[in-house]
Amino acid sequence: MDILITGVGGQGTLLASRVLGKYALDNNLDCKLSEVHGMSQRGGSVITFVRIGDNIASPLIEEGGADIILAFEKLEALRYAHYLKKDGFLLYSSQEIMPMPVVTGACAYPTDIEERLPKNSKAIDALALAEQAGSAKAANSVILGAFTKIMNLSYDKMKAALMGSIPQKLADINDKAFDLGYNF
Amino acid sequence: MKKMLLGDFAIARGAYEAGVHVATAYPGTPSTEITEELSRYPEVNSEWAPNEKVAMEVAIGSSLHGARTIVGMKHVGLNVAADPLFTVAYTGVNAGLVVCVADDPSMFSSQNEQDTRLIARAANVPVIEPSNSQECKDFAALAFEISEKYDTPVILRVTTRVAHSQSLVEIGERKEVAVKPYVKDIAKYVMMPANAKKRHIVVEERLKKLTADSNTFDINRVEMKDTELGIICAGGVYNYVKEALPNASVLKLGMVYPLPYDMIKKFVAGVKRCIVIEELEGHIEGLLKANGIANVEGKNVFGIQGEFSVNLIKEKILGQKTEYTVADIPARPPVLCAGCPHRSVFYTLNKLKVSVMGDIGCYTLGAVPPLCAIEATVCMGASIGMAVGAEKADPAFARNTVAVIGDSTFIHSGLTGIVEAVYNHSNVTVIILDNRTTGMTGHQNNPANGKDIHNNPTYEVDLEKVCLSLGVPSVSVVDPYDLVAMEKTIKEELSKDGVSVIISKRPCVLLTKALYKGFLVTDKCKKCRACMKLGCPAISFSENGAKIDTSLCTECGLCQKVCKFGAIEKIGG
Ligand SMILES: Cc1ncc(C[n+]2csc(CCOP(=O)(O)OP(=O)(O)O)c2C)c(N)n1
Ligand code: SF4
Ligand code: SF4
Repeated sequence: MDILITGVGGQGTLLASRVLGKYALDNNLDCKLSEVHGMSQRGGSVITFVRIGDNIASPLIEEGGADIILAFEKLEALRYAHYLKKDGFLLYSSQEIMPMPVVTGACAYPTDIEERLPKNSKAIDALALAEQAGSAKAANSVILGAFTKIMNLSYDKMKAALMGSIPQKLADINDKAFDLGYNF
Repeated sequence: MKKMLLGDFAIARGAYEAGVHVATAYPGTPSTEITEELSRYPEVNSEWAPNEKVAMEVAIGSSLHGARTIVGMKHVGLNVAADPLFTVAYTGVNAGLVVCVADDPSMFSSQNEQDTRLIARAANVPVIEPSNSQECKDFAALAFEISEKYDTPVILRVTTRVAHSQSLVEIGERKEVAVKPYVKDIAKYVMMPANAKKRHIVVEERLKKLTADSNTFDINRVEMKDTELGIICAGGVYNYVKEALPNASVLKLGMVYPLPYDMIKKFVAGVKRCIVIEELEGHIEGLLKANGIANVEGKNVFGIQGEFSVNLIKEKILGQKTEYTVADIPARPPVLCAGCPHRSVFYTLNKLKVSVMGDIGCYTLGAVPPLCAIEATVCMGASIGMAVGAEKADPAFARNTVAVIGDSTFIHSGLTGIVEAVYNHSNVTVIILDNRTTGMTGHQNNPANGKDIHNNPTYEVDLEKVCLSLGVPSVSVVDPYDLVAMEKTIKEELSKDGVSVIISKRPCVLLTKALYKGFLVTDKCKKCRACMKLGCPAISFSENGAKIDTSLCTECGLCQKVCKFGAIEKIGG
């Protein structure tokens, strides 16, 4: 299973990919993750790749190769939509974060993103659900919850992987956020 | 036990298990995490050095005195450390000396795309290159063995995709290796002409021996399959080759310098078409051709730009192009964080129409819209020299040109720039952006913030005193959140004769983990867009005027200060 995670630097995409890596390890599955550190983490566009399964050599997912895309921001969903397989599934947060060229007025934030995304796409208001759980920062747990449900993965095992990846004091909020996503 | 490990962490683990005693580095993406991880092991004496040259010299000293040592840096860091590297190749080592260098094809976080293998070749230092995290760990340990067996420093080269990918690694125990006795050996360690001439002979012999022996190293291996097509590759590219061309015969090189020519000759003869697939320079291909193995292709098929991929290899070799369309949408370049202390400096410089010679760090983002203040950036420390050079071209430039340089970069290589300026009668103005950390690479401590790699207190280099003692006649310290003082100081210092240094001092906002209520825009907003000139990612603009995203705002107050209509207020007063 090839999962592409994208968002804006600082949104917690890295944590989400690491939870999936832990899930794979806990379940004795081979896994490769590819992350981007450095410059792009300052509010730039970021992608991480998670590849779960045997006989995987490359840590990268190629254009047209992702089974599922998890996008933490709407514009970023469209930016990487061409990575999706024909029968792949794209889950995106409906949150909009203005990139600097839009802020400066050099160009506009597209208003037709929904229409331009692949047919097999679904929006989730991860930000609102995360706020409902207690913190906007828990949006990544909301998305992980929804992903677990969509892919029919084990609720208990994914929850355990999440809890094993975050500090104890954030456990409650993320626990709630995960459930809100799962039941979405 | 198996663990998911980042390539960099696996290198650290490999060095740890191999009994490494000393780890030193200057941070640089994508190599930083190696030393960060090693600092968590109490058995390892780890540190941040002020720059790569010093790190290399510390490493040489500890190796000569018997301690297994690893030194880490990014590709451009090896340029800084090249001087000691070229000559430690002559002295050789005592305990193992591993130089871990991370290259960045595609420049995810770098100013150029240079290839470490070429420097290694010029320095006559062997290079080994892992493909995944397990190999990162294994090769790190092997590097110490090769280093000690052949009495040479060894470069462990990785690229971004290997350094920053995670995969499963079998974790082992640390093998304690005793610190070797130090033996005084002037003929071997004092590189003056008479001694160095003898050592240069040793270097040549060593390289010949390594070349011959590399044919038997099991990190160089042939995977014979279909003989129609043979691929020679190494490192991260091997992974792409295995997926793109599962039936091809492959010669996987674990050692990329020197090369196992006999093994390669046999491989090339056994396949119909042979292609070297290597990112960046045609290093392997060039060496093969220079050594009589002419029947290979390489850079005629693949260029020297960027990182490769499975799709690229399929396209170039099989002619299979994956069709897709990339959406034409606004780019999302990185930006200075909301509340970044660097912002007001660039806002003011832009406002005063001052020309800025820049340097390397988060503040390089002062070059992007709407701030657009930085006009040249080359390498760490270059800003001061470039500003002095501008004045030499035309003295008038000294009145409207400044150098900006971060605190870590100033310690790394700005001090000599200041000496250049005071020594050569310059009138330049230098702004040190002291955000109390090495921001760009992920917030490492540095000699100017008073904390060592373990976060323990240490001597804090006082930038103000340093500049005064180097002979700078005018040094001032300004809080960058004070826009009025910033503008006034920059104007004053530009008009003064002699060198001026302005220290813009305030911690990076990511260091202060405070909870913020944020600022808001009231209905007094006249839609003048003055606040938009700050380029703060928390402020956006629509037909209704400016709006502040309170989840991003860190209450720096700059927008409030530039608003002429008092339309911006702090939430809760
Ligand atoms: C020779 C060299 N070594 C390391 C790097 C990686 N690097 C880029 S910016 C930077 C640190 C900048 O820190 P500082 O000057 O304090 O500025 P900040 O990012 O905190 O604004 C480093 C280490 C590099 N580009 N060149
Ligand atoms: S990390 Fe710190 S120094 Fe870098 S852009 Fe953000 S606030 Fe500025
Ligand atoms: S106070 Fe204004 S300029 Fe500062 S972070 Fe908040 S919105 Fe940005």
